[in-house]
Amino acid sequence: MRRFFLIAVPYGWLLALFLVPFFIVFKISLSDLALSIPPYTPTMKDGFGQMIKAFDFENFVFLTTDDLYWKAYLSSLKIALISTALALLVGYPMAYGMARAPEEWRPTLMMLVILPFWTSFLIRVYAWVGILSNEGFLNQFLLWTGLISTPLTIMNTTTAVYIGIVYTYLPFMILPIYAALDRLDESLIEAAEDLGCSRIKAFWLVTIPLSRNGIIAGCFLVFIPALGEFVIPSLLGGSGTLMIGKVLFEEFFNNRDWPVASAVAVILLLILIVPIILFQRNQQRQAEAET
Amino acid sequence: MSQKVFAPWDDPNEKPLIRFENVTKKFGDFTAIDDLTLNIYEREFFALLGPSGCGKTTMMRMLAGFENPTSGKMELSGKNIAGIPPNKRAVNMMFQSYALFPHLSVWENIAFGLKRGNMDKRDIAARVEEMLKLTRLTKFAGRKPHQISGGQRQRVALARSLAKAPKLLLLDEPLGALDKKLRQDTQFELMDIQESTGTTFVIVTHDQEEAMTVASRVAVMDEGRIIQVATPDGIYEAPNSVYVADFIGDVNIIEGTVKPAGDGMYSLAWAENEPPFLASSDLPFSDGQKAHLAIRPEKIAITTEKPEEAKNAVQGSVLDIAYLGNLSTYHVQLAGGQIIKAQTANTRRLSRRSITWEDKVWISWNATAGVLLEQ
Amino acid sequence: MRRTSWFNVTSLTLGFAFLYLPMVLLVIYSFNSSKLVTVWAGFSTKWYGELVQNEAFLDAALVTLEVAVASSTLATILGTMAAYVLVRGGRFLGRTLFSGMIYAPLVMPEVITGLSLLLLFIGIGLDRGVLTIVLAHTTFSMCYVSVVVSSRLVSFDRSLEEAALDLGCSAFDAFRLVTLPIIAPAVISGWLLAFTLSLDDLVIASFTTGPSSTTLPIKIWSAVRLGVSPEINALSTIMIGIVTVGVISASLISKRNAVKAQQDMQAAERGAT
Repeated sequence: MRRFFLIAVPYGWLLALFLVPFFIVFKISLSDLALSIPPYTPTMKDGFGQMIKAFDFENFVFLTTDDLYWKAYLSSLKIALISTALALLVGYPMAYGMARAPEEWRPTLMMLVILPFWTSFLIRVYAWVGILSNEGFLNQFLLWTGLISTPLTIMNTTTAVYIGIVYTYLPFMILPIYAALDRLDESLIEAAEDLGCSRIKAFWLVTIPLSRNGIIAGCFLVFIPALGEFVIPSLLGGSGTLMIGKVLFEEFFNNRDWPVASAVAVILLLILIVPIILFQRNQQRQAEAET
Repeated sequence: MSQKVFAPWDDPNEKPLIRFENVTKKFGDFTAIDDLTLNIYEREFFALLGPSGCGKTTMMRMLAGFENPTSGKMELSGKNIAGIPPNKRAVNMMFQSYALFPHLSVWENIAFGLKRGNMDKRDIAARVEEMLKLTRLTKFAGRKPHQISGGQRQRVALARSLAKAPKLLLLDEPLGALDKKLRQDTQFELMDIQESTGTTFVIVTHDQEEAMTVASRVAVMDEGRIIQVATPDGIYEAPNSVYVADFIGDVNIIEGTVKPAGDGMYSLAWAENEPPFLASSDLPFSDGQKAHLAIRPEKIAITTEKPEEAKNAVQGSVLDIAYLGNLSTYHVQLAGGQIIKAQTANTRRLSRRSITWEDKVWISWNATAGVLLEQ
Repeated sequence: MRRTSWFNVTSLTLGFAFLYLPMVLLVIYSFNSSKLVTVWAGFSTKWYGELVQNEAFLDAALVTLEVAVASSTLATILGTMAAYVLVRGGRFLGRTLFSGMIYAPLVMPEVITGLSLLLLFIGIGLDRGVLTIVLAHTTFSMCYVSVVVSSRLVSFDRSLEEAALDLGCSAFDAFRLVTLPIIAPAVISGWLLAFTLSLDDLVIASFTTGPSSTTLPIKIWSAVRLGVSPEINALSTIMIGIVTVGVISASLISKRNAVKAQQDMQAAERGAT
């Protein structure tokens, strides 16, 4: 009885507030836009048969006809991919440096990586507005050094979005790689060098393959949330940057077209399923390798 | 006046404390315990011995109540205990990892079980003090488990499981985490405590020396079955199978065919062109039956000259000598290629080594020195 | 001793500069007396003064705290239950679906979670406000809690629970007296995580809030859309300050405990038997 209660409460909660809403999104993505509020025809009221009949793929067809949407999907994919690569480029050397730092330093470095994660996401993105704008600190600095003579336009471009994503998601990249590198037995590298590898060769042949799972985990942890990101493109990307999370938000709040917003959400989910499953498999493999 | 030997298992009137009757335990397709029948008597120190995965831990967990048998009957003092949860059994367990509660002090750990019953606070305190004294932990009562040494932790675990005065105490590899020296001291301490409390102990171990040292009886297990149950010397001197002989201590196994030689004696033909060995056996063997002669290295004498009166003597050459300090083991290769181990005690310091590598030697033993085994 | 190469030192220095410089600038310029945020015109705390006077921000902060305390507490209870079910529950009908629902919200884009919850609240006719935000925040943060707690439970020596049962505890007592005190640090960090997530959330709150209840992130959002403002810098500085003090003291405490535990262990081994 107690066991039933223990299972039923969280299970019921998630069913009601996670799974059911999901089906509602799915349902609404298949219904028509009505002008009344809520702005969708409540298809369920007329009974199930009627509901099925009323379902159509109009909204999805609409998504394919208006090239705003598929451009937004493609652009989200591109931005997420490039930012993930950049985050890896910045994060790997940091994780490596942390793993090689003296033992007594490592907890502090670890804390320094985690600290931004506890700070408000919104504030961290906002901090870049003052840096990247035309009169911002970066341009002031570059003008002062004489490297440039006219201010660079970074704010409201995709470059600003890349910087924002790399900045906010960097801890997600560093932590799994650091965890993998920290476990790595130093004597393996010494063995490789003993067997005739140069230090760089040993890095390529031993360190990189052994930290592979950390790299994969870190990349997914950056890529997956970056794909549906809303705050960063809205704040740093300006109107020129298309990202699907932003489109969804605007479709919903500005155009109040809920069925189309739902259809956008459904497709975003479909795109996300592949990386999520790959990520889960990587985690599982890693867990199995550890036991 | 003859002192009565403690051997309730030989007394048909004695009621066993624990009775396993055709107990089988399956985990999915895997049979952990296979149709097992066993009696354990009050005040016994009973050892379950076997390699990992032999089912000894499963047996113990069934006794504690963490697992239930798939079929068969399990009785404690004549009452069926299958299905009774662990917290309702007069059985306590000492865990391999000790499972000391890290957030509680030594005192609170020992009192933990006592507080579960409706025992008076003063009685609890008295009982805890008693247990602390028994295990020489009084000084450490206020410490947390991580503030004491491994040996002390082991004693806390013991005190905690004994505090409720269970009818039966289960010990899962109780000394496994201790180093060798400490383990030997602790073995005797365990025996003293078992004797002074009069509790029945069932110990699970994979260490044959430990089982032989502490137990009144040892059950050798393999693949979910009990191969032999006997006193330590019974197991050592009269193993019932090659498996048991091989598992306990060092042994030479010589394979051959037997021929009755009358008077409980058999001759074992073990190689062509070699005289057969003579061995006595309580078990009957038929003419031409295959058999194994199991003989311990220390029962084999090694000499440079052929001994006069030995029943069995065979020549070979020394292949290897292992010097163990108190003992030396000689590996002697016979003409047919078999290698026989012979052991001698080094009773004198710096004795001149009369036998060395490649030497031709004679090894010999009595007809009663070995055991003839069917399988 | 590991080699500290120049490469490692440089990459760490640059990396941490990248992570911290933006926040440092934000903090410094919150003390700027000029309205122009990027031009230094002298030290002043006037923006803090204005912030304290701004009732809209104070109200939003109160709403946010209310939501965060309620949702993180609920999420901790539900998430700990879920973790226990996942790690110790054995098999039950729909276990795969259950673990899927625990892990899915972690990778779900916030826009989708927010949208779907809003549609649910509208569908069942629930008035949007503090309650709906609490429900929404509880739902996604309980998953984080359950991940944190279950990773602790996995490494938890199961024989401790068995020992409690063996010594006469009921299953519930074993949980209350043994499991819970031992996993308490994980439960507390789960609560803190849920609390921070709730404080931090903009997107889901935007979807599930009503006109009467504005949380701080929503308030900040509508302000920063218009560009950099010194008041927001001041507010950010306060929030960064709280988090920094919290995280540093937490890590100092855990470091001190670890050092003490190690000393105890060494002392115990020295003074053995």
